[in-house]
Amino acid sequence: MSGECKTDSRLEKILKSGQFAVTGECGPPRGADPEVIRKKCALLKSKADAFNITDNQTSVVRMSSISSAVVMMQEGLEPVMQMVCRDRNRIAIQSDILGGAALGIKNMLCLSGDHQKFGDHPQAKNVFDLDSIQLIRTVRTMRDEGKFMGGDDIKGAPKLFIGAAENPFADPFAIRVPRLAKKVAAGVEFIQTQCIFNLDKFKEWMKGVVDRGLHEKVYILGGVTPFKSLGMARYMASKVPGMDVPDHLIQRMKDTPKEKQAEEGIKIAVEIIQELKQVPGVAGVHIMAIEWEEKVGEIAEMAGLLPRPAV
Amino acid sequence: MVVGERKPFDEIKKTLEGHKKVLVLGCGGCVTVCLTGGHDAVQVLSSQLRMARDNEGSPLEIIEKTVERQCDPEYVEEVAALIPEVDAVLSMACGAGVQFMAERYTTTPLYPALNTTFVGGSVKEGYYVERCQTCGECKLAYTGGICPIARCSKSLLNGPCGGSTKGKCEIDPEVPCGWQLIVDRLEALGQMDRYEEINMACDWRTNRDGGPRKMIREDFQR
Repeated sequence: MSGECKTDSRLEKILKSGQFAVTGECGPPRGADPEVIRKKCALLKSKADAFNITDNQTSVVRMSSISSAVVMMQEGLEPVMQMVCRDRNRIAIQSDILGGAALGIKNMLCLSGDHQKFGDHPQAKNVFDLDSIQLIRTVRTMRDEGKFMGGDDIKGAPKLFIGAAENPFADPFAIRVPRLAKKVAAGVEFIQTQCIFNLDKFKEWMKGVVDRGLHEKVYILGGVTPFKSLGMARYMASKVPGMDVPDHLIQRMKDTPKEKQAEEGIKIAVEIIQELKQVPGVAGVHIMAIEWEEKVGEIAEMAGLLPRPAV
Repeated sequence: MVVGERKPFDEIKKTLEGHKKVLVLGCGGCVTVCLTGGHDAVQVLSSQLRMARDNEGSPLEIIEKTVERQCDPEYVEEVAALIPEVDAVLSMACGAGVQFMAERYTTTPLYPALNTTFVGGSVKEGYYVERCQTCGECKLAYTGGICPIARCSKSLLNGPCGGSTKGKCEIDPEVPCGWQLIVDRLEALGQMDRYEEINMACDWRTNRDGGPRKMIREDFQR
């Protein structure tokens, strides 16, 4: 995995240099005002190495990932352009990959995408021409072989550092390591995991990852999300598909007075990061403070992850 | 079989507004099996329509008839003598049957009474489930006999996604996760090694994306 960087991505440089990486997340606005992104960027700047720009997350229409990423770059932050398979066929996907790279985007995250049932347009037709693994293979082939899926040569290959997500907590658990192996075989270079609350289960998954040597082929960033409140903890435990929140964390939030719950949520997130740093094979963390961007810096600071290295 | 579901009564009644005599035409094929478009369904719908129109003071005369299959010119021909007698036809066939009728009887308005819903089967009487999306390139040999296109809500070929929970799909706790079913079956068959093969992107030309499809038996084209 070490060796020369294939892109100009700052995230790739940090991971290849063996330093513990930190990524954050920035959700684009539900409107055309770029100031919303600029404000979030001001809160996030220097608090992590790169920041995911979500692609119509939970199937709710928002400003596009590519254009939001461009606004972020104008503010001096490095974006990770998320791309889901739900809304585009392979023609649009490859076209957007070229466009994103042309605009200076250096990282891309390949996702299947939430089903549109959860969003504000449940009537929509979904595409899923490709799935996330086929998308990884597509962008890797475009970058390293300079070929489109159709086989034609690309004049000017897109130099993107290629990521994907993986959920160690979804079922069936037996194929969760094999599924990561498929993503690695398809050409993924870094993984951001689903939010980790159940550390025991995460460690069990990581053991499987390390036993197969996959951690030597892909950088794994553990996903961390702070609870804002008991309500949010309960919501994540019961309403978000594929989320595993142990009862003892719910209880801990319950035992905390309401006005202190946000603080407790941050504390839990910091503790999880401290644990993740010790887990063999974990190369970094991905902090997802959903609509709570101002807390990313605080969490990173408390977890001893600041200042971020210059590369 | 092709499964069809009867349209809401009010929608059907509305399509027949202004008509005074219609043919309600059932189909003896798939929609008879799924209890929505056969002989009995024709009787029930016709009675409902007559009653409703009588109540409105604009009676509707109905000829009831069910042919063997509406997706076959030979049987479609059987109603040729009835067509001049009516000012519209309400077809209780699937979408294919309705169109075979419309192609044959070009000057008579043709209305569908069903929504054609899917290709599937009945797990028990009156309970029908989707099993095939007619993608045109069967993958069942590689997925333990369970279709990822039809059974996964995202038609993922290398699934499951991160939303699979306790065997259920993220879109609905009542919907089984197609990939959980596939994995369970591959495990039972001792074929889990197949899971790790990457299924490459589909060639959707065999699907609807390649335009309207046809299948020709050359040996029958004489």
